[in-house]
Amino acid sequence: MNQPFYVSPEQVMKDRADYARKGIARGRALVAVQYVDGIVLVAENTSNTLRKISEIYDRIGFAGVGKYNEFDSLRRFGVRNADVKGYQYSRDDVEARSLANEYAQILGQTFTHEMKPLEVEILVAEVGFTQESDQLFHIMYDGTLVDEQGMSVLGGDAEAISARLSETWRKEDDLRAAVRGCVAALCGPDRTLGAGDTEVAVLSRSNGRRCFRRLDDAEVSGFLV
Amino acid sequence: MFGPENDPGSSFVTLLRRVGIEPFGVGDATGGVAPSTPHATTVLALRFDGGVVMAGDRRATVGNRIANREMEKLMPADRFSGVAISGSAGPAMDMIKVFQLQLEHFEKLDGRAISLEGKANQLSQLVRANLPAAMQGFGVYPIFAGYDLLRETGRLWDFDGTGGRYEERDFVATGSGGGVAGTVLKVGFRPAMPVEEAVTLACRALHEAADVDAATGGADALRGIYPVVATITKDGWMRRADDDLAPRFEAFRTEQRTILEGGAS
Repeated sequence: MNQPFYVSPEQVMKDRADYARKGIARGRALVAVQYVDGIVLVAENTSNTLRKISEIYDRIGFAGVGKYNEFDSLRRFGVRNADVKGYQYSRDDVEARSLANEYAQILGQTFTHEMKPLEVEILVAEVGFTQESDQLFHIMYDGTLVDEQGMSVLGGDAEAISARLSETWRKEDDLRAAVRGCVAALCGPDRTLGAGDTEVAVLSRSNGRRCFRRLDDAEVSGFLV
Repeated sequence: MFGPENDPGSSFVTLLRRVGIEPFGVGDATGGVAPSTPHATTVLALRFDGGVVMAGDRRATVGNRIANREMEKLMPADRFSGVAISGSAGPAMDMIKVFQLQLEHFEKLDGRAISLEGKANQLSQLVRANLPAAMQGFGVYPIFAGYDLLRETGRLWDFDGTGGRYEERDFVATGSGGGVAGTVLKVGFRPAMPVEEAVTLACRALHEAADVDAATGGADALRGIYPVVATITKDGWMRRADDDLAPRFEAFRTEQRTILEGGAS
């Protein structure tokens, strides 16, 4: 009988992390920032139908980068979780923090126990009633959960994008300035992105009960001229 | 998370059952006497040029007692449709809650809203699920109406206790005052009415129903309680403010006073 080769746990984890990171880096990046009326999420996405950004609940949005089928099933989990919780308790009892924790558990479990880690990074954003209570939870492929302040960058090339974004971003920006800043940070100095290459949505405090709203191409191009 | 083999799809009711929650009060409750519960009464809908008007009075009764003067029996189902209920108030409110959640849940999971006909079909399934309760006297008889974005017109449906779904051409009224309200609509309806005339006609139908039916509440000027009236057009659901409705009801009263003073009995 063949004995399996010994592989140290460090090596296993490192291999899995490399595998996940490579998968995520292949995809295009996504940013989210606070602006004066809420949170704006901007993704580089040429598809008009396969979304990276979507609505979870009244004040909660979801964004994912990496492998589409994997973050989409996490998104569906989030919608179901939130809707059942709101039905059983109250709409006020659905919050981003507990959902982010559940995501961290799922991603962490998969990372340590499954053959293949999930090749995704996700963001759970909640718009508060004031800017101080806005929340951005960034969850990595291994279940690491980060509570980010003001802005968050997901996906490949995150460091360079983050550096560019932190130079221009101010939380007092209006929507137009915020979208322009995000798009500029995503594309960098060497290229340009049009409305058709981006997917933009907001969680806006002034949008009634359901704060989530997608911006169509016309509105985005209006901001970018 | 659900695997592909037990995924509940986009249905909220199926999802609730998967996680062990039964949204309807089914079970063996045969025999015994049904407890007295509030009943909601007259609701109606009619088409106009560009959409539909829906209206519902505010009174809920238990037997001959007024249980609630401010009940809202007409609610938006989503941005482009509304649902109004007559029948047993408790199950009806639960049904509306599940229905609203079902539409929103589908919209979020699938990334698009259900078609208007699909929404009516969903409501019909909820009414059917309530059939055992209806057999014990807790029936729910909704009206569903909305703006069909595909066909660019207003459409309306009513339902029987078994979930039977009937699309009406122009108008519908149901509940204890529905007979009177329906007659008023029938006499006053014209095709492609302007919106303001349609709103006035809806108010008149409720006014006349309240005049005859003790279980229907008219406009209560003393307490400042007016029926819920809303229009649904290509721009979505829009509830009419009390300030907009009050003069219409005042006009009906003035008209009636003039007739009475003129010697009619």
